[in-house]
Amino acid sequence: MGTEARPVVSLRGVRKVFGDNEVLKGVNLDVGPGEVVVIFGRSGSGKSTLLRCINLLEEPTSGSVEVDGIRYEAGPGNRPRRSAMREIRSRTGMVFQDFNLFPHLSVIENVVEAPVTVKRMPRAEADRLGIRSLEKVGVADKKDEYPIRLSGGQKQRVAIARALAMQPEVMLFDEPTSALDPELIGEVLAVMKDLALESGTTMVVVTHEMGFAREVADRMAFMHEGNLIEEGPPAELVGGARDPRTRRFLEAVL
Amino acid sequence: MNIRDRLEARSAHYSFRAKLAVVWILIFVALAVLFAAFRFDTAFMLQWLPFILAGVPLTILISIMGILLAVPLALLGALGRLSRNPVFNGISGFYVSFIRGTPLIVQIFFIYLGLPQLAQYAPGPLQGLFILGTITSGVLALGINYGAYMAEIFRAGIQSVGHGQVEAAQALGMTRTQTMRRIVLPQAIRVSIPPTGNEFIAMIKDSSLVGIVGTQELFFRASKIGRQYFQNLETLVIAALIYWLLTSIFSYFQGRLERRLARGYVREGGGPHGH
Repeated sequence: MGTEARPVVSLRGVRKVFGDNEVLKGVNLDVGPGEVVVIFGRSGSGKSTLLRCINLLEEPTSGSVEVDGIRYEAGPGNRPRRSAMREIRSRTGMVFQDFNLFPHLSVIENVVEAPVTVKRMPRAEADRLGIRSLEKVGVADKKDEYPIRLSGGQKQRVAIARALAMQPEVMLFDEPTSALDPELIGEVLAVMKDLALESGTTMVVVTHEMGFAREVADRMAFMHEGNLIEEGPPAELVGGARDPRTRRFLEAVL
Repeated sequence: MNIRDRLEARSAHYSFRAKLAVVWILIFVALAVLFAAFRFDTAFMLQWLPFILAGVPLTILISIMGILLAVPLALLGALGRLSRNPVFNGISGFYVSFIRGTPLIVQIFFIYLGLPQLAQYAPGPLQGLFILGTITSGVLALGINYGAYMAEIFRAGIQSVGHGQVEAAQALGMTRTQTMRRIVLPQAIRVSIPPTGNEFIAMIKDSSLVGIVGTQELFFRASKIGRQYFQNLETLVIAALIYWLLTSIFSYFQGRLERRLARGYVREGGGPHGH
């Protein structure tokens, strides 16, 4: 899918080194418009770091990141360009494992904060957009509550609405259900599934939810010790993985 | 049952608060006995009470203006100490270190008596800026001094806001300044308000130092009358009681404020917010 259309996300040779620990060893990844890519692998394999490199929350040690045509070159000789960084970030929405809602703002204020401050959108317009985002994730009735009064599942859905309100080209999910009580995971996965299948949102998801991956992903990519080892549609990868490391991991989790 | 056991059994009937009240009452009785034994001149005290009390508005005014000056200085100091800009960081580091490392009374004298010496080098219209009245000098010194201490409070407040908050703001495309102003500072200020209240209460007491350069505030009036009539003990007791009353009143309101601020971060029927 999307091989002809220009990719929304394009990573080339992305390396990330923390001290003397090479977490990413030159990763290439393309994500086409409307595509849902699930990155999976063991803890510490570099999945989250890779995701955080897409919106430059982690600055790659070297390599290039391109989102919606905005290109960012990292590495020696390239000064970090804050404006390009922010351009990329305002085109990507990110959902964190522990929600990171702003506790001093109400639900609707959380959602309209970035459209108003970053995009300079008039408050009334941002409010309408914010309500639509909240309706999409099914928490519009909580718009005047403060985050502390919400359940974990509601918090994560508000966090998704907050990211959607920026009308991003791609949504990044960093283990969005890992901090949730088991009975609340379903409601968040349902919202994500709806975004992927009904709204055609481009998504990159780091998750351990293999059921969700098989059902929703267009492609699954296996990450191992800082490399993307193997990728493919779930139907091909599950049961038909070529690399023994991918096979072993899938056998263990499925 | 021996006497001790019997006493303990009897004691168990009364609550801790009741016993505490008895202790406080005994302390006041003892003080009253002392008061009578040393023949305090109550008539003299009552005669001069209004004169000393008249210093209270100035004491409060100096403290309020001092804290109003201290808050923005503290905020700048805290942002500077956390800044990656070496000039800003260096200046605020010097400010906090130098002011915390020198006595408040020296700072008051420096502004009131030291600065005028520099006036001769300043161009005519600016000379007035170096020669300051006692109240202005006092407010400046208190504000600058408390600003340096409170910079550390604000810095801790800013650092108490989790890194996830900064990341969430940045992921939305906010600049560093926007992140600080819209996300970090509102949360930092919220946790800094109770300790700022404590600083205000401390400042009410330290404002007495401004009396030393001749401001007609509470302590100045008390010591003036005391020295004039050689009845320092009487006037100082009055001053001490008034300071105690003032700080108790503000402590009470500060405690209420603290509880009210906590409420916004407390889940209904749950524990405090865990940030």
